[in-house]
Amino acid sequence: MLDAEMLRQRLLEALPGSEVELRDTTGTGDHFEARIVSPAFAGRTMVEQHQLVYAPLQAWLKTGELHALALKTYSPEQWKKLGPR
Amino acid sequence: MNDQLKARFDAETKGHAIVLYMKGNALFPQCGFSARALELLRPFGAVHTVDVLADAEVRNGIKEYTNWPTIPQIFINGKFVGGSDILMELSERGELADLVAGKSPA
Repeated sequence: MLDAEMLRQRLLEALPGSEVELRDTTGTGDHFEARIVSPAFAGRTMVEQHQLVYAPLQAWLKTGELHALALKTYSPEQWKKLGPR
Repeated sequence: MNDQLKARFDAETKGHAIVLYMKGNALFPQCGFSARALELLRPFGAVHTVDVLADAEVRNGIKEYTNWPTIPQIFINGKFVGGSDILMELSERGELADLVAGKSPA
């Protein structure tokens, strides 16, 4: 079973220098929500930002170990302007 | 995906400012996420809707075209914007108007 810390570590490896907050929304280890602020997101569309997050999690998504991940993504500049809300 | 289908998506997504691939049509959405997407887009202009339930080739093809796994899918000014979660987030951030006006990368 996955836990928030496993996802967080994987995301930090793929997106160094990011701030990653994760929550298991159902307590069942397969539904999570994440808020990620990453320099890698600068100048990217939201679709591209989300694809950067899904890429390192692909294996878990394919097996269904990770069923759902609700995402909020921000570049540092966007976070300065928009968050925290 | 065959060339004919790809050409269809190219023409369809570039031929209208706002294009929504949805389950059902504008009068009778068949899915809550599709219905919500339509309501979020409507204030910003005419929404060209495509019912993916009417054609399995389109339903599967659009996911391959965008490399995005779910319906609905939204295009604005010829560019893939995302699905219902992203649309909701852009709406909350107040970025949809600029996007339709061609002022923001979204």
